[in-house]
Amino acid sequence: MSIGNLKRRDFVKVFGLASGGLILGCNFSGDKAPIINTLEDGVSFVPNLFVQLQKDGKLTIVVARSEMGQGIRTSMASAIADEMEADWSFVSVQQATGDAKFGNQNTDGSRSIRTLLNPMRKMGAMARLILEKAAAKQWGVDHAECHAENHHVVHSSGKKLPFGSLVDAAREIGIPADNEIILKDKKNFKYIGKGLHSIDMNDFTHGTATYGLDARLPNMKYAAIARCPATFGTVKSVDDSDARSVFGVEDVIQLDRMKAAPGAQFYGMLGGVAVIANNTWSAFQGKNSLMIDWDMGPNGSYDTEAYKKTLVERVQKQAKVTPGLKGNVNAAFNKADKVVEATYTIPHLVHAPMEVPNALAWVHDGKCEVWAPLQAPQSARNELATFFGFALEDITINVTLLGGGFGRKSKSDFVVEAVALSQKLNAPVQVVWSREDDIQHSYYHAQSAQYLKGSLDNFGRVTGWLHRTAFPSILSTFKPMSDFAAGFELGQGFTNHPYEIPNFQLENAKAEAYVRIGWMRSVYNIISGFGVNSFVDELAVASGKDAIEFRMDLIGKDRVAQNKSPHPYDSSRMKNVLKEVQKMSNFGQPLPEGHGIGVAIHYSFYSYVATAVEVSVKNNKVKVENAYTVLDCGLYVNKDAVINQMEGSIIFGMSIAFFGKVSAKDGAVEQSNFHDYQMTRMKDAPKIQVKLIDNDHEPTGVGEPGVPPVAAAICNAIYNATGTRVRDLPLSDHGMV
Amino acid sequence: MQTLTINGKDYTIDVPNEMPLLWAIRDIVGLTGTKFGCGVAQCGACSIMIDGIVVRSCSTPVSQAKGRQITTIEGESKNLEFLRKAWEEINVPQCGYCQSGQLISATALLDANEAPTDEDIDNAMSGNICRCGTYVRIRQAIHKAVELRNGDVELEKIKS
Repeated sequence: MSIGNLKRRDFVKVFGLASGGLILGCNFSGDKAPIINTLEDGVSFVPNLFVQLQKDGKLTIVVARSEMGQGIRTSMASAIADEMEADWSFVSVQQATGDAKFGNQNTDGSRSIRTLLNPMRKMGAMARLILEKAAAKQWGVDHAECHAENHHVVHSSGKKLPFGSLVDAAREIGIPADNEIILKDKKNFKYIGKGLHSIDMNDFTHGTATYGLDARLPNMKYAAIARCPATFGTVKSVDDSDARSVFGVEDVIQLDRMKAAPGAQFYGMLGGVAVIANNTWSAFQGKNSLMIDWDMGPNGSYDTEAYKKTLVERVQKQAKVTPGLKGNVNAAFNKADKVVEATYTIPHLVHAPMEVPNALAWVHDGKCEVWAPLQAPQSARNELATFFGFALEDITINVTLLGGGFGRKSKSDFVVEAVALSQKLNAPVQVVWSREDDIQHSYYHAQSAQYLKGSLDNFGRVTGWLHRTAFPSILSTFKPMSDFAAGFELGQGFTNHPYEIPNFQLENAKAEAYVRIGWMRSVYNIISGFGVNSFVDELAVASGKDAIEFRMDLIGKDRVAQNKSPHPYDSSRMKNVLKEVQKMSNFGQPLPEGHGIGVAIHYSFYSYVATAVEVSVKNNKVKVENAYTVLDCGLYVNKDAVINQMEGSIIFGMSIAFFGKVSAKDGAVEQSNFHDYQMTRMKDAPKIQVKLIDNDHEPTGVGEPGVPPVAAAICNAIYNATGTRVRDLPLSDHGMV
Repeated sequence: MQTLTINGKDYTIDVPNEMPLLWAIRDIVGLTGTKFGCGVAQCGACSIMIDGIVVRSCSTPVSQAKGRQITTIEGESKNLEFLRKAWEEINVPQCGYCQSGQLISATALLDANEAPTDEDIDNAMSGNICRCGTYVRIRQAIHKAVELRNGDVELEKIKS
C-alpha cells in the first residue's frame, strides 16, 4: 500500500455525516499496490472499504467481499477493529454494493485475506492514530503520550476519552503521513489470530439472515425458466396452454440466448421459456407444465461415458509438452529398476450450493436494481451495462448473503435472466432456479483424465516423472475452440507440484467442451491433487518404503522456488505440514482390522496442506472414520473460521470422492437432485482434527486449499486397508458406498 | 381462504390446498427463515415442525397443517433456545443457509430425546444436508445444548 506520494487530501478525507459520524475511506483498486484514497472523489479516488464512527461509539465497517460461509464479513471487520483498538461489541458490518470504487470485489481464488489484510490493518491503524491525535489536542498534550485502548484514547496520566466523544475533534485532525502509521505488533492482536464468532450468528440462528432468495419487493413476480436439456439448444416450439392455466401463473415469456462477443468475460444467459407467477411454486408448476419441442443444438450428442474414453485414450499418447521440462524422462524410464503407470479419471462436478442461483431485478425509470447472492458483483454490473445498455451508474447491485457459493455465484447468468424479464414485464422479478435447474444447467467442473508414469531406481528413489492431463478449459466458456488448458489452469498442482524429481515432463492433451465449464471450489487442483497424490502413493508402495519418508524424500531438500510468485513455494513448509499430520494421525501405527490410513499433500492458493484419512472397509463399503488436516496459511485472521473451513473441506472432498459425478447422455445431464447427485451427510461425517501452523509468513489461501488432498487421501487409505486402488472416481461407481 | 397458525400467530391466506407449506410460508405469509433447498424432501433446508413433528415443508401441502401448530425457525421453544446458544458457542454456521432446518431438526430431536448419543444424532440429522460441511460442529453443538439445558435445570433446582 502506497500513500506517501499522494496529496494529503487524496489520502483520506475526514468529514461529518448527518449523524455526526467520522468516516475514513480507503481505496485499493486491485490486488496490486493498493492505495488509500478519499471517500468523496467519485471518479478515481473512492473508498473500497470504510469505517464510520458515530458519536455514540457505534462503528460501522463496510465489507466489500461477499459472505458465503468463509466468514469474510467477520474477519475483514475484525482486522480493522483490531488495529483501531475498537471494542467489537460496537461493530456492525455493512455489505458494499457492487461498484468499482471498492476495488476488486471478486470473492474467489481464496485471496480476500491474502490481498486485503494489510490494507485493512493499515486502515484501522490510521483511524486509531487520528483518534489519538484528537484526544491529545483536546488535552493539550503530545499524542505520543496517548494510546488507544478498547474504544477509548488513554493518556499516560490515566485519564481517558471514549472514541465516540472524539468524533468532532478527529474531524479537525490532519491526515497522518504514511510513515506515521504503525501497525500493531503481532503479540498485541486482540482479534487477529483469535476466534471471533460470526458477526451474523444471531441472524443465522433466528432465520433473519437475508440471502438472495429472501429479497422481497412489493408486487414482485416470481419466474422459473425451462432451459434446453443440452447446452445451447434452442426452442423449436412451445405449447404453454397448460402452464397458463396453473394457479398463480401470470405470463409465459420466451427468452433468447444472450451471449458475449468471443473473448469477453461475460456469461450472458442460456435462454429458454420463462413462466411468471405470483409465487415460486406456481412458477415451478407452470414450468413443469410447458410442452417444449427443443432443438438440442450443437451439444445434443454429448455423452460423458464416451468422452471419458476419448480423454483416457488421448492421455495414453504423447501430447503437447508444457513448460517445466527437466532432464530426460525416457532415459530415466529405460534405466529404471521399476516403472509404474496409472490413469486417473474424475467426472464433471457441480457446485450445488444449498441456496440455488437466484436474482431479484427491478428495471424502472431507466434504472436497474438487483438483489442477488453474487461472488462477483462488479462483473454482473458490467455485464448488465453491456447487454442492456444501462449506464453503469444506473445499475445498483445489492449483494445479499450467499447460501454457499463455491464458484457458482461468480457467474451471473441468473442476474441477466432476471433483468431481461423485469425489463419485459416492467415489474420486479425474482428468477429462482430449481435444484434440477442448478444441477442440469451449471458451469461444470471439468471432466478429466490423467496419465502418470514414474520410475524408481534400485534405492527406491523417483528418477522420472511423466504427467499427462486432459480436461476442458474454463476459457472455452468465453472463447470457443479453447481446447487446451490455460497456464493458470496448469498452475493448479500440475506445473507447480511440490516434488523435486530430476527427470520431469508434463503434457497437456486436447479436450473440447460440450457444456459450460466453470470453476468450482479448488478448481483444477481437485484434478491434480487426486492424480498426483494417488500416483505418489503408488510409487511409494512400489518402492517398499515408509509412506511418509518416501514423500519427505520426494519433496526434497529445503528450497524456496525462484519465481515471480508473491508467495513462492517453500519445500520446508510442505515437509512441516506432512510431519505434523503424521504426528497428529499416529500415521503408521497399528489399526483395527479392516481399517487403513492414507495421506495426501497439496500446495494451492499459496497454502500448504497435509491430510490423513483413516477409513474402514467392510463388505466393500467404505467409511471415513477419522480425518486429520494440517494447514499452513501463514498469518490467519479468524482461527475458528479457518478451522471450520478445513473441517468443511474434508466434507466437501468426501462428497467428491464418494458421490461426485455429473454425467450426460444425448446432451442432457442425467442427475437432477440430491437423490442422484448425493452429498456427504451427518451419518457419513468422520471425526475431524485440524491443526493450524503458527508462523510469521504473509497470509495465504484458506477457503480452497483444504479440498484437493481429500479424495486422494481417502483412496490411498482404501488401498492401505484392502489393496484395492481406485483410480476412477467416484467411489459410488465401484459399489463402495 | 384458509388459516395457518405459525409460531402462535394466525395467517389467513388464499392458496390451493396442494401448495407446499414452504411456499405458502415464504411467498404468501412472508416468513423467509424457512429455506428452499431441493423441493423434494432430500435436503432438509425447509424443515418445520407441525404439532412438534418435523416435516419437510417443501413436500407437505398446506391442507395438512389446517388447525395445527406450525413452528418455524422464527419461533420460540426452550430447546430451540438452548440450541441457538450452543450453535453460537460452537460457532457452527458457515454460510448459515441450511442452519434453519438443522436447528429445527435438532429441536425435534431434543424434544424427543433428552440426551442423544452420536448415533441418535446421526439418525435424526442425516436428512439435513450442509454443503459447507458443518456436521462435526452440529454434532458437538447438540451435545452442548444438552449440557446447557442440564446446567439450567441444576440452576433451577438450586434456586428452588
